[in-house]
Amino acid sequence: MTGPDIPWYLAVASILFTIGVAGVLLRRSPLIVLLSLEIMLNAANLAFVGFSRLHGSMDGQVFALSVMAVAAAEVCVGLGLIVAMARRRLDLDVDAFTELRG
Amino acid sequence: MGNFLTWIVWLVAAAACLGTGVRVVTASNPFSSALSLIGNLASLAVLYLLASGEFVAAAQVLVYAGAVMVMFLFVIAYLGGRADAPWAGGTRLIQTASVVAAVSLLAVTLVAVGLEAGDQLSSEADVTRSFGSPAGIGDLFLTDQLLAFEITSIVLLVAAIGGVVLGMRSRAEQEADKAEAAP
Repeated sequence: MTGPDIPWYLAVASILFTIGVAGVLLRRSPLIVLLSLEIMLNAANLAFVGFSRLHGSMDGQVFALSVMAVAAAEVCVGLGLIVAMARRRLDLDVDAFTELRG
Repeated sequence: MGNFLTWIVWLVAAAACLGTGVRVVTASNPFSSALSLIGNLASLAVLYLLASGEFVAAAQVLVYAGAVMVMFLFVIAYLGGRADAPWAGGTRLIQTASVVAAVSLLAVTLVAVGLEAGDQLSSEADVTRSFGSPAGIGDLFLTDQLLAFEITSIVLLVAAIGGVVLGMRSRAEQEADKAEAAP
């Protein structure tokens, strides 16, 4: 294969996943948390595509496409929740959403 | 020569991908976060292309950088200034713990990839030109992965219905609006 080997792809994927984890844990805006979640999903997708190339089997790419569909579904529901929160004039701050606590 | 050029493109795409990723997490304005995520997705599409995932790269640009991000931008525009949130939350302890958790996750994966897997990851299988083409992917989706394909469609349908239900105004809200509008 011309160009970088698969471990390079995996290294980028793991760094990207770490960035996403840091975003989810550190940020308070639910919008940014959703965006960081997208980064994590895409890091997993990159690893899927890399391994798919390594093994010469397209199943990994099919899985990456399924992940994309699930991510679209998650964004749809997540943004719906955020809009619903905004309409009830709640603070858009994940630390403030404590009313569902048991 | 081709090899060198591939490396250059790969390095630029990887650097852009990580840089925009950091920007998504650190930007205080959600608009620039979302725009950086579009750059992130586009540079990931370049990486997919270099790993011979042509169809995945195309779907990434169309579905992710196109449709999903437009939805994000619409919601951010709808929320306006309310979307701006304080940068980080929690006590200092929680912040430190999050960073430590993220970095240790990185250390574990890098060690697993770099040291333990070692030689097993360096010999790629030979692939034909049709690897990752729409025809190949479509063939897999309609034969071996048919169940995953059908379940994906159900997941999307349920999410669409959920989005509509979440977006509907409840009767109490509608009456409150009417009462507000009435003189």
